Amino acid sequence: MTTEILGVIITYALTLLLAWPLGKYIARVFKGERTWSDFMAPIERLFYKLSGINPKEEMNWKQHLKALLTINLVWFVYAFFALLFQDKLPLNPDGNPGQTPDLAFNTAISFVVNCNLQHYSGESGVTYFTQLFVLEFLHFVSAATGIASLIVVLKALKDKTTSKLGNFWDFFVKTITRILLPLAIVIAIILAFNGTPASYKGKDSYVSLQGDTVNVSRGPAAGMIAIKHLGTNGGGWFGANSAHPLENPNYITYITEMVAQVVLPIAMIFALGFFINRKKFAYVVFGVMTLGLLCLVIPTIITEIHGSPAIAHMGIAQPTGAMEGKEVRFGPAGSAYWSIVTTIISTGSVNAMHDSTMPLSGLMQMLGMMVNSFYGGCGVGFLNYYIYIVIAVFISGLMVGRTPEFMGHKLEAREIKIAALITLLSPFMILAGTALSSFILAHHPGADWAVKPSAWLNNPGYHGFSEMLYEYTSSNANNGSGFEGLGDNNIFWNVSTGFILILGRFLPIIGPVAIAGLMANKKFIPAAAGTLKTDSLTFGVMTFAVIIIINALSYFPALALGPIAEYFSMH
Amino acid sequence: MKNKDNRLFPRELVKESLQQSFIKLNPRLMIKNPVMFTVELGTIVMLIVTLYAIITRHTDQGSVAYNGLVFLVLLLTVLFANFAEAIAEARGKAQAESLRKTREETPARLIRTIGEVFMNEVQVISSAQLRKGDVFLCEPGDIIPADGEIIEGLASIDESAITGESAPVIREAGGDKSSVVGGTKVLSDRIKVQVSTEPGESFLDKMIALVEGASRQKTPNEIALTILLASFTLVFIIVCVTLKPFADYAQTPITIAAFISLFVCLIPTTIGGLLSAIGIAGMDRALRANVITKSGKAVETAGDVDVLLLDKTGTITIGNRKATNFYAANGVSKEEFIKLCAISSLSDETPEGKSIVELAGKEVVSKLSVNGATLVKFTAETRSSGIDLSDGTRIRKGASDAMQKLAAHAGHSVPAETLEKVKAIAKDGGTPLVVALNSQVQGVIELQDIIKPGIQERFDRLRKMGVKTVMVTGDNPLTAKYIATKAGVDDFIAEAKPEDKMAYIKKEQTEGRLVAMMGDGTNDAPALAQADVGVAMNSGTQAAKEAGNMVDLDNDPTKLIEIVEIGKQLLMTRGTLTTFSIANDVAKYFAIVPALFIASIPALQGINIMRLHSPESAILSAVIFNAIIIPLLIPLALRGVAYKPIGASALLRRNLLIYGVGGVIVPFIGIKLIDLFISMFF
Repeated sequence: MTTEILGVIITYALTLLLAWPLGKYIARVFKGERTWSDFMAPIERLFYKLSGINPKEEMNWKQHLKALLTINLVWFVYAFFALLFQDKLPLNPDGNPGQTPDLAFNTAISFVVNCNLQHYSGESGVTYFTQLFVLEFLHFVSAATGIASLIVVLKALKDKTTSKLGNFWDFFVKTITRILLPLAIVIAIILAFNGTPASYKGKDSYVSLQGDTVNVSRGPAAGMIAIKHLGTNGGGWFGANSAHPLENPNYITYITEMVAQVVLPIAMIFALGFFINRKKFAYVVFGVMTLGLLCLVIPTIITEIHGSPAIAHMGIAQPTGAMEGKEVRFGPAGSAYWSIVTTIISTGSVNAMHDSTMPLSGLMQMLGMMVNSFYGGCGVGFLNYYIYIVIAVFISGLMVGRTPEFMGHKLEAREIKIAALITLLSPFMILAGTALSSFILAHHPGADWAVKPSAWLNNPGYHGFSEMLYEYTSSNANNGSGFEGLGDNNIFWNVSTGFILILGRFLPIIGPVAIAGLMANKKFIPAAAGTLKTDSLTFGVMTFAVIIIINALSYFPALALGPIAEYFSMH
Repeated sequence: MKNKDNRLFPRELVKESLQQSFIKLNPRLMIKNPVMFTVELGTIVMLIVTLYAIITRHTDQGSVAYNGLVFLVLLLTVLFANFAEAIAEARGKAQAESLRKTREETPARLIRTIGEVFMNEVQVISSAQLRKGDVFLCEPGDIIPADGEIIEGLASIDESAITGESAPVIREAGGDKSSVVGGTKVLSDRIKVQVSTEPGESFLDKMIALVEGASRQKTPNEIALTILLASFTLVFIIVCVTLKPFADYAQTPITIAAFISLFVCLIPTTIGGLLSAIGIAGMDRALRANVITKSGKAVETAGDVDVLLLDKTGTITIGNRKATNFYAANGVSKEEFIKLCAISSLSDETPEGKSIVELAGKEVVSKLSVNGATLVKFTAETRSSGIDLSDGTRIRKGASDAMQKLAAHAGHSVPAETLEKVKAIAKDGGTPLVVALNSQVQGVIELQDIIKPGIQERFDRLRKMGVKTVMVTGDNPLTAKYIATKAGVDDFIAEAKPEDKMAYIKKEQTEGRLVAMMGDGTNDAPALAQADVGVAMNSGTQAAKEAGNMVDLDNDPTKLIEIVEIGKQLLMTRGTLTTFSIANDVAKYFAIVPALFIASIPALQGINIMRLHSPESAILSAVIFNAIIIPLLIPLALRGVAYKPIGASALLRRNLLIYGVGGVIVPFIGIKLIDLFISMFF
């Protein structure tokens, strides 16, 4: 057990060790300073030449959002049709069929928005072509979208008074060429050398000891698995995601994938400090986020190590902890750590089945997604955190007797309106979605649909409720992991989660960019002794309190009926 | 102001406010406050449920008594919130009325005019009939019937009815002290006064209208907070509405009373109910400090002020310079020199002259006489003043360079030690006054600005509040610097002209700072208008009063400091009560959520950490706590949270600890106690 926990600590320490210089490097890239990756410049210039874009043209926040939304729409249309007609496209050695329209809608959306809900299984639901040129492509561009929008916000925070916030395409392309691509290549190589497939040959087969012939899906998977973590996407090559022995063969790949998924979210926080030149502020943000991680991960590890009380009641010892749904090569501590990391950042890849984790762990996983900013997804993590900051600044600004201001700009009704709307959005979508499915289950269980509502849930009662709550929470957080007991590949779930995915992705990007853009336009107010210091420990505690209170108040009743009720009925 | 009533709830106001609390139940008035409006809707629903239970005798929604009680508590919640607003309004109004009362229905001697020509005829009319532009006459013993500006004459006036200050003040035509206020009393001399405002449009009338709510507009910060509170309310609407299908899934029936109680407890009713009271109380507190504010926004802005422009004279130093030392030149005896100085100043009416006599001492002065002497007044040309005695002796005192010239002209040299002393005095921030006898320099008098006692501490306090203080003075830079350092101000504008003030304000504003200043003269008006917070003295000209956004009835230049604190208190009270209100929800959840589900999910007894008696008692305790916390906090809302200048972070920690952590803990105790009581019945 000690070894397992040591493994977790080493993995986290390694992440920090890499995130620090990476953050420094990212800040340099976006400040336009010289870096080792300048050899990519000719490739970037080629892109701009082909597309007729001037990367030096300054944009205001509205132009940024217009560019972002337009290109995302283009990707969605492309992905939707490619998935629909994938059976007619090349690179389909396993002869997989095209997706149904509702599944293609859900899949396209969920990859565009960096969620990767995956209501299909990678082995049978997609082809090599769509895996590589649709899904893996979207892994890169959706992660870059998030980072580029963060840079827009940082640019707005950096300057005193400005409406010029850099060029979206410049940020976007640089994210891919200077950050994602080089790192993904390194990770893919490590994975490939450890046994992750990188082949175009289609299914392999072997004859088992029983004498059966077993077909084993393969494919050029290593690259996709690298970027799925690096870009906090989470959509894996195989259905079982990183629990699959080919997607995550051993402890080295475990550490690699673990570090890969959380290194960028942490590095972005450090980059923030270097970029806007407020390192202390970045440390406070990092501190609050890490505190959040610890609050979630420690109870989860303890619960999982202790094993299931239901099994203990039967008088069966569980020396290895709760092993249901877990891979022996990772163990309960490692899986618990993974399950929290993958939910607090928006990866959503899994190396164990969350459905089988203890109720308390499920609670922590859901909380991680509800907060969605303890590190958070690539770039968007800080955008979500920014909204919490706005509310914390507003309330604590009042508490020190000044009209609230953040980084030298006054926070007024318009910004509060936007922040309030975004805060409202998450509980609305998560609760309304779960309410809708609960209503249908309670009142129309036998509705004449392709999959009857009564057949949705693997488990009755509280756990079934958790499955639905988890699904909508995961969609809203653009996480993509699932409480896999849910029968979700049908019109109801594909469409309802699809819409939540779109809103849950773009509104929380639009909101912070708009607030930051509006604030940057205002007069700069130099800090004085009476100014609230946002880089202080006190303000960090305040932000943490705001995060906890908002989420606790929004979700307590729902969580009480799901994991909390399950927890108490087990003990 | 005299008779300042500091009781929070005077009986006569309480009665009126209670009435108002019911009048304010009108939904058309309630909708201005979205949080309390939703509570009112909930109350109506509970009324219907109670009636339903009475009429049909069904108990599927709980007993009549239970539903009736919930209804009553909710109704009380709304009434308490209305009462908070009503009492704040009543207090503000009473305060303003007491100022206005002084001027009602006094006789006025109207001077009739034909065109531009004043007739000598005086007509006595009621003050209420005076119109803007009318001219009236006041004689000793008259109560001035209306606000106006003296157009002719000079008078000493007793303003104690307004300011509480018993010493009479001089007001005269033409200068910066030409305004008179209705209700004050003329003690000496005759003045002609032109009425400056239409009846019902004075600053006081405007302020009463602001307090009464007719023209009260929400301030930008109040709007922002209302938006935030409304969004919290929306979140809780979502939470409560979605709970229905969740409960259906869990096969748990939830009564309407439980739903509404949960909702009302969760939405920020505490701050929602007290928000407008806090704003009104801010204006009221300003009024109690004898400051009339022209808008609620002005008070709020005052809390944000970064830079304070203060006139040296009267604010930092006591009135005028005072003589502090006599330095005789070599060869002149000190006694002789003092005598000389005293003689030259005996009939000098300037404050400096008086202070010289004072310093010389009664013993010296009593032996002197200046019969038959001619006084030589100060002119800008000679820059000296003095006296020609009947025996032909000429004594002059004046600025060093002027006196040097005088001596040189008569062929005398100036003693070196005197010149040195002159330099030393100037360096120490004093003003040297060189004295010459028949054009021969005899020595130098040191005049010093006397810094008000306690002013350093006030500036220190301002610095801790993060406010930069700037001294404005006509003195030369050397003197200004000395006084600035001694008084502890952060910056100064020396040899200041009105346009320098304006330039300084604009410069600070372009750098993003908010500037407050106080002024009285017509030439201050542009700067008062430019400043973010401009406080005009009531004694100042009408132009200055129109330009500023506050009027100080006491004409007290240090009032700015109080105003800044009132502004900060206003914002802090909002912030802390918001925090308290939201922090309360944690305990309410732990009371109500188990109560909702315990019947069908016994396992959830685990989150009933307060061990409340029964679901009904838990819900009732939570709504009762939610209701009574409002009246309990009314005193805090009216008085404001105490402001301590300990730096922003320390202040945040302090308030977070008291109102955040306290806000989490208090309701746990409160609800438990109420439950212990209620459990005797339910």
